[in-house]
Amino acid sequence: MVKYILKRLGMAVVTIWLVATLTFFLMNMVPGGPFLSEKAVSPKALAALEEKYGLDKPLFEQYLTYIKGAIHGDFGDSLKQRGRTVMSIISSKFPVSARIGGLSVLLAFSLGVPLGCISALNRGKIGDNIIIVIATCGIAVPSFVICTLLMYTFGVKLGWLPTLGLKTWKHYIMPVAALAFYPTAYITRLMRSSMLDVLGQDYMRTARAKGLNQFVSLFKHALRNAILPIVTYLGPLIAYTVTGSFIVEKIFTIPGLGGEFISSITNRDYTIIMGTTIFLATLVILMNVVVDIVYKLVDPRINLK
Amino acid sequence: MSEFLVNIEHERLSFFTPVGEVKALNDVSFHIKEGEVLGIVGESGSGKSVTAYSLMGLTAYPGKLLGGTLDFNGHRINDMTEKEMQKMRGNEVSIIFQDPMTSLNPVYTIGNQIREVLKLHTNKTKKEIQERAVELLELVGINEPKKRLKQYPHELSGGMRQRVMIAIALACEPKLLIADEPTTALDVTIQAQILELMMELKDKLGMAIMMITHDLGVVASMCDHIAVMYAGNIVEYGTTDDIFYRPKHEYTKGLIRSIPRMDTTEHERLIPIEGTPVDLLNPPKGCPFASRCDNCMRICLREKAPVIHFDDVHYSTCWMNQKAELEGGTKQ
Amino acid sequence: MKENPNPLSFQARIKPDDFVPASNEEKQSLVIMRDSVSFWKDGVRRLKKNKVAMVSLIVIIIIMIFSFIVPMFYPYSYEQQIRGSEHLAPFTYSQAEQERIDDGEHVFPHILGTDKHGRDYAIRVMMGSRVSLIVGLVAAVIILVIGSIFGSIAAFFGGWVDILMMRIVDIIYTIPDVLLIVLLSFALKAPLEALAQKPGFGWIQVMGRNLISIFIVFALLYWGGMARMVRSQILTLKESEYVTAARALGASNARIIKKHLLTNCIGTLIVTTTLQIPSSIFTESFLSFLGLGVAVPMPSLGSLASDAINGLNTYPYLLFIPAILISLIILSFNLLGDGLRDAFDPKMKN
Repeated sequence: MVKYILKRLGMAVVTIWLVATLTFFLMNMVPGGPFLSEKAVSPKALAALEEKYGLDKPLFEQYLTYIKGAIHGDFGDSLKQRGRTVMSIISSKFPVSARIGGLSVLLAFSLGVPLGCISALNRGKIGDNIIIVIATCGIAVPSFVICTLLMYTFGVKLGWLPTLGLKTWKHYIMPVAALAFYPTAYITRLMRSSMLDVLGQDYMRTARAKGLNQFVSLFKHALRNAILPIVTYLGPLIAYTVTGSFIVEKIFTIPGLGGEFISSITNRDYTIIMGTTIFLATLVILMNVVVDIVYKLVDPRINLK
Repeated sequence: MSEFLVNIEHERLSFFTPVGEVKALNDVSFHIKEGEVLGIVGESGSGKSVTAYSLMGLTAYPGKLLGGTLDFNGHRINDMTEKEMQKMRGNEVSIIFQDPMTSLNPVYTIGNQIREVLKLHTNKTKKEIQERAVELLELVGINEPKKRLKQYPHELSGGMRQRVMIAIALACEPKLLIADEPTTALDVTIQAQILELMMELKDKLGMAIMMITHDLGVVASMCDHIAVMYAGNIVEYGTTDDIFYRPKHEYTKGLIRSIPRMDTTEHERLIPIEGTPVDLLNPPKGCPFASRCDNCMRICLREKAPVIHFDDVHYSTCWMNQKAELEGGTKQ
Repeated sequence: MKENPNPLSFQARIKPDDFVPASNEEKQSLVIMRDSVSFWKDGVRRLKKNKVAMVSLIVIIIIMIFSFIVPMFYPYSYEQQIRGSEHLAPFTYSQAEQERIDDGEHVFPHILGTDKHGRDYAIRVMMGSRVSLIVGLVAAVIILVIGSIFGSIAAFFGGWVDILMMRIVDIIYTIPDVLLIVLLSFALKAPLEALAQKPGFGWIQVMGRNLISIFIVFALLYWGGMARMVRSQILTLKESEYVTAARALGASNARIIKKHLLTNCIGTLIVTTTLQIPSSIFTESFLSFLGLGVAVPMPSLGSLASDAINGLNTYPYLLFIPAILISLIILSFNLLGDGLRDAFDPKMKN
């Protein structure tokens, strides 16, 4: 077990390094530099700035310097937001994204799992058909459509909910709902098919033959087996949603990490690009390791080697 | 009525599938006395398991009981509510399934799954339940029971798992144990062990057993009575001796011819039964076995044979017997 | 059904020749064998029975006709800006057009109105669907080709080659894709633009460099799942008993590959590819929304929708039409994929 986790973490380091390297050279392919767009920068001042941040050195040397710093936990300062370190920017933006993302994952899980179960248990009946039609439509609608539809109906036409920012709990409703939409639909479908699969298993017949009522056989015997695929899906889902959705943050103007990443690319804020990418990659990869471990806890058959 | 533990009369059951009505059981009747072992023999799809499941109220989804009465241990199964049935299952009647590999829930320990049934049907304390679980594992011949209780199904071999299934089934000392092909998925040596264990436990606990199998060897060694099923009908019923030494239905005869015999010295060819089973979606109007029967007669194609009793127990539905009887009758 | 308890009434019905042995023909007449059908026929039959899948297929075909054939005959072009016709509501005409109609000229109606540059919206939506469909189809083919080549190489060679190749897939799998897509699209902009200037690469300009960078992104990141699937299929097949049996019976490798590997893999491949199409369209619309999609004035459904967001309050239909269309396309492909899986995945057969 420990050996397995160590092995996975070792692979994680390789992956993160790969992502960092890829990002580093890719972003340097993007034409322009961080200071070019600023007006009234004299060539002399530009050279001074570039020297200050080490941008005048050969690319490979810059790369080595960056990696060396990153290993020691130093991700540098933002090139555009003067006087702020990358770490401080991430640590101020991440909680915003994490709150919305966490809430929406919670919402998706607590809606999707019961809906999928209900659907599976009423297979072929009206309730199942309604749920499955809505869920299938749900995975077909892009998130920006959902966002704008929500905003248009509840924010503009009805005026029930505020559309911008994150001041009160009311501000959370639309972004969380928009972000939870796709995963809810996806989890419902996944849960339904996995539940149907489990309900057809021999051990469910054994449970009934023992005289268990449907409630117990469902909650004790079926749910724990049926939830396994959801666990797998939940790991990366959590990682992606808590790090912020570009779309939702852009439309609802939420100061989160996703929006920060997009603006850092347009600004060529190299250190922020690197920082956020490495941060996200690390989170995604760690979540995958966590999922494997949780899997082992839920399913004793899994042998982590 | 009360002299029988199980009494099924004229049971008819169909599965209503999207392609049509599959007539799984057409007028099935039999009974089992307390402590008796009944073997139900037949090929896949002949309705053996369906009969057993319907007795426990476990008929799978598109299946529907269309007629007949099912009595068990003083209950009229037809009229029981799901709740009453739940009290009965695992308590008065238990079942062992064919595949021990998939019949235990993979995510719970053996102990958990044995204790569950005890918790459900007895008022024992936690400690008593634990003791009973250990006792049960000992009963079914599993060594180191305390350690085994903490293990998961995948850590045990197939034979072991089937023993665990038996332990679960016997936990509440049922009146009837239904064994649905309990040895089919096991190695031959393990098969013998499991059958031996079942007989031993039957003598110890005095329960009745309904042994469902397609293996005539299994029933020969342990059953008091045998019912031979074909296409949702019982085509012959009798004592084990009746079936093996005085088979009256052409299908039974065919089955017996297809068993390898150890007692002949010459090379005898095994005679398989040719052809495939009937399509239960469109059952033939005559004898269901007609198309595969070597001695098929015209009437077999047209009409179902009546039940002919040879003695108090032994009966069969085959026109060959009718022919013999009629010929005898006209000669007199 | 029920047997008659009175033996006399049977005897009345029994004729002597009833006990004559039946001939084989008579016996055979009873046996109603259901036709045994080939894998493909069986699958197609099941697919045809699946109403949802058939409706989806028809919807896809209709959308394809509208996006590939109808624009050829359409009186407007997607880039043609009609002065004075900006922001027309559906089926309305600008003043100039109204005058022409009054003069007895025939003016083709703007079925879906026009956008802020006075371009006919119906043709733009059709072209947008065309782009989205092309993206979905081409990306799916790219993924199919790369994924199956990679997966089958890993499976055939086995050993350390397999381990190494699958490690690469593992790593690609854990790379946060959305980030890299955005980054790649930005990064590839300039090089592709430069390349497009060179002779022989003019097609890049035609297709739009963003479209190409989208394809490159797909080719780099999205084949992992396909590769895994193909590999595991081939490995299972290699080990499976019927392949061993076929080999023992002297079947040649070519025959085994043709008969067993292909028939067993292709079902799953078709399904996975079909389900890949909507996810590629999804990604394209997402990129278009961020302004990383196809080059203007070429529309895609995603870019049409994102352009329309700014004018949402006044012209909501400009958003709704492409949004509904994207959802419809994705939905149809998903449902068709589900139907194909039910029909062609032998393991799902029940």
